[in-house]
Amino acid sequence: MALSRIYAVFLRQVYLIRGNPTRLASVFLWLLIDVIQWGFVRKYLISFGEETFSFVTVILGAIIFFEFAARIQQGVMTSFLEDVWSQNFINYFASPLTLSEYLSGLVLTSIATGLLGFGAMVLLAGLAFGYDVLRIGLLTIPFMGILFLFGAAMGIFVSGVIFRFGPTAEWLGWPIPFLLSVFVGVYYPIATLPEFFQFIARLIPASYVFESMRALLAGNADSSLLWTNLISGAALAIAYLFGGYFFFIQIYRRNLRTGAISRFSAESI
Amino acid sequence: MNATPTLNIHDLTKRYGELTAVDHISFAIDTGKIIGLLGPNGAGKSTTINMILGLLEPTEGTIEVFGKDLGKHRSKIARQINFAAVYAHVPLNLTIRQNLTVFAMIYGVSEVKNRVEDLLVEYDLERFADSKAGLLSSGELSRLSLAKAVINRPKLLLLDEPTASLDPSVAQSVREKILAYVRSSGAAVLWTSHNMREIEAVCDSVMFLSHGRILLSGDPRKLAAEYGKNDLDELFIAVAREPLSLGE
Repeated sequence: MALSRIYAVFLRQVYLIRGNPTRLASVFLWLLIDVIQWGFVRKYLISFGEETFSFVTVILGAIIFFEFAARIQQGVMTSFLEDVWSQNFINYFASPLTLSEYLSGLVLTSIATGLLGFGAMVLLAGLAFGYDVLRIGLLTIPFMGILFLFGAAMGIFVSGVIFRFGPTAEWLGWPIPFLLSVFVGVYYPIATLPEFFQFIARLIPASYVFESMRALLAGNADSSLLWTNLISGAALAIAYLFGGYFFFIQIYRRNLRTGAISRFSAESI
Repeated sequence: MNATPTLNIHDLTKRYGELTAVDHISFAIDTGKIIGLLGPNGAGKSTTINMILGLLEPTEGTIEVFGKDLGKHRSKIARQINFAAVYAHVPLNLTIRQNLTVFAMIYGVSEVKNRVEDLLVEYDLERFADSKAGLLSSGELSRLSLAKAVINRPKLLLLDEPTASLDPSVAQSVREKILAYVRSSGAAVLWTSHNMREIEAVCDSVMFLSHGRILLSGDPRKLAAEYGKNDLDELFIAVAREPLSLGE
């Protein structure tokens, strides 16, 4: 892998954002709306007493972390879509750029935009609502690591789906965070879910993050539970990242056989 | 003396189910030679170029570039190949300078900034360097495509209708720039076009494709007479309409 080629893919995305700052709306707008909305909900519910305060506090923190994972997924996907919209695959895939370099460039872009969005949410939550997102201390780092790996895996997988079914499959990528939020325990403990949904939740790395976070903020987390959750979440996230990459490679090879790369458009696929 | 051709294609075939788009074609291009790949729409020209670019997997046959199998050494070989195609423009939402910078980095060009500035001057693009490519005229966009195509000083250049839709003056200017590059670099070129006068002017040799097969090949300045035609245009029409009369 050549770092200069990965950087070139990243640089193209930076140029795009610089060229038209409305692209930044996707980085900040939804996140800030979420924080503002839940910040006011929290402020309102504080008036009902301490028990409710803890409940909403967990939700606000979880939403901010969940949005980070969602931004990573959508960061990879929208960077990929930029190449779809500008019909850039011929230029890229006829060049020395390898698939792993290309995908690394997309993931690097999503790290930058994801961290920018996360930073904005942390600032807004702190300044406007006096909420300290980082109150869980150093555990923030492995939690974000798991969410990042999982978000990147989802982003690569969704890009593979679009690569297979054409630009019109884009709509499949947008609701994925909403779908996942049902299972991963952002708004409620996973124990609340029916048994089958709990089984699905255990297959999603983000579930282990939010269960740990809830236990930490409620003050009833023991270290063995945290370690088990961290290891399970990280192992699943890494497995999904490799799975997403393998899936994308299979689609690429299929498109090489069918000729879809050189005529990739909504009209031809 | 190195006798290995720059590009060596053997028995290249591409099938899509029952349809055979390219049918067991073989040819080679030596260093410094310009070979014309001609034929009517759908004859298999772009399919052939896409296979050489690594964008399409052949069903059968081999492609060797600099004596190495493309299938096994794609990324390494791709550093010494480049292309310009009428259907593949650079991203229109980046400026000219940004496009050249990104592609210079992707092709591993050393001293990126200097190379980009040199190309801006050489291809008369300085005035628009910070304009988005989408704002350029067809002629300017063709010059940009060509600047991108030579950014890595390729030893094999694939040109798929590089002057299509250009007015005669701009087309001539583009041709001159390509020829200047070939003379200075010794690159081998595979050139497709529907402009037979252009082909006569630039190509050392031509191949006519019909239904995925090489139907005729030879010197573009002699080939028409060999088949009893007045000029290449007439020969082209015969290939398109009556390939059987020419040996298919």
